[in-house]
Amino acid sequence: MSRTLYVRDPDALRRFSVAVIALVILWPMIQLAQFDVFALFEVSNLKVFTNFLIQFFPPNLQASFLALVLKATIETLAMATAGIALAMLMAIPLGLIITYSLSISRIGPASGHQIARLSRYLARMLMLLLRGIPEIVWALLLVRVFGLGPIAGVLAIAITYGGMLAKVYSEILETENTLPARALLMLGSSRINAFLYGLLPGASQELASYTIYRWECAVRASVVMGFVGAGGLGQLMDQSMKMLNGSEVSTILIVFLLLVLLADYISLIIRRQLA
Amino acid sequence: MKKIAFSFKNVSFSHSNGKEALRNINISATAGESIAIIGSSGSGKTSFLNLIASSLRPSTGSITVLNVDPWAISKGQLQRLRSQIGLVHQAAPIPPRQRVITAVLAGRLGQWPLWRSLLSLIYPVDITGPQSCLQKLDLADRLFDRCDRLSGGQLQRVGVARVLYQAPHLFLADEPVSAMDPVLSDLTIQCLLEDAQSRDACFVASLHAVDIALRWFPRIIGLRDGAIFFDLPASEVSESLLQQLYESERGELPKQGSTNL
Repeated sequence: MSRTLYVRDPDALRRFSVAVIALVILWPMIQLAQFDVFALFEVSNLKVFTNFLIQFFPPNLQASFLALVLKATIETLAMATAGIALAMLMAIPLGLIITYSLSISRIGPASGHQIARLSRYLARMLMLLLRGIPEIVWALLLVRVFGLGPIAGVLAIAITYGGMLAKVYSEILETENTLPARALLMLGSSRINAFLYGLLPGASQELASYTIYRWECAVRASVVMGFVGAGGLGQLMDQSMKMLNGSEVSTILIVFLLLVLLADYISLIIRRQLA
Repeated sequence: MKKIAFSFKNVSFSHSNGKEALRNINISATAGESIAIIGSSGSGKTSFLNLIASSLRPSTGSITVLNVDPWAISKGQLQRLRSQIGLVHQAAPIPPRQRVITAVLAGRLGQWPLWRSLLSLIYPVDITGPQSCLQKLDLADRLFDRCDRLSGGQLQRVGVARVLYQAPHLFLADEPVSAMDPVLSDLTIQCLLEDAQSRDACFVASLHAVDIALRWFPRIIGLRDGAIFFDLPASEVSESLLQQLYESERGELPKQGSTNL
């Protein structure tokens, strides 16, 4: 067996060309996106900008408005939580189906090989459909079916996030050490058991923290969907915006920040519990 | 006549990169038999075990395991077959955050109905069973510890305890004592042998240390360059045969405690 001895890094050329190609692709994209940092600092623009921001101050802290915000916050949280719960119901089976390291047919003989592949393929397509269409589009569609109110928002979140969670769940499970699950499959265990006893102990922390991050995203998404009439903080914000009431908008934004902080905190606690 | 545990007929196996790992293997073993497989690294010991475990498919030839052809049966039958084959891995494939008891109980996942395995995640369905398996391996006090608190040798013994708990008809062990000191190695091998004998199961172990193989196993198979170099009772394995077997390692026989793995 003869081996070539290199004096130079044999990968250098490849790395260099990848960097050049990335730049060549990126530059026209920046142009196309009309990305112009300096426009931000032009005097006329700055003036518009500051005028807009000045309206935000001071935040509206009247009791009657705060009561309204509280009610909308609870609605938003309920929407996000219900949406994520439904999304998980979809994502867990889908994620398990497409996780390759849990494939029994891979580690040896099985007559159902083709069927297993087909079902993985179908599950992937379904996931793509669910998450490929933005939640706002789903919300617009569902508002037409269910009328104005949170139900459309909940379902829109469930559908899109179900697809996303399934994808990321399966990716987390793939990157886990798969030997324990494989060993369990080799002693005749089912996929569900291989998952529960072989993969979950290692992956639970990451799965939980990603799910909570998605919950945080769902809180934000439910706000956007409020703009199309799906209730919650978004709908309230839409009204304030339309009435050009900056102080109300800033109160709502502060509530958002608090919610994100809360999500961070919950994530921390759960991760500590699982560690 | 005793039941056949496994048999190979003209079996060859090549890796997907085209490298031939085993060629023209003809061999069979009966229930209750204990066999050690020795040979230098890369001689095909692991491939041989994986073929019996039916996780690798032979390129040519046919294999029968516990009276069935694993490549001709349905998924359900295969799962049942696998629950009767116990594997001891060189590095115990156990999630670090799992408790010892859960890791041992997992040995029966292939035999339990789903509700039982779900229940066991909430509260262990069997405590005395795993405990007695660990007891044999001098590890009973670690039953409720987490696996990441154990040393490499202890973890390897948890892997052995899992297979004891599984109680299969066919034990396959790939370097089962590589991380243990001589005393524990002997204890572990002895434990596996006794368990296999008492239930009339077949026990096949690939071993790096020649002296362990000769001390404990009645039948020795020497693999060299992917072929069976000899297949003899331990008493007939001579020093010169061993020297030939390990020719590629400059005639130095790998013994217990020697560091080159």
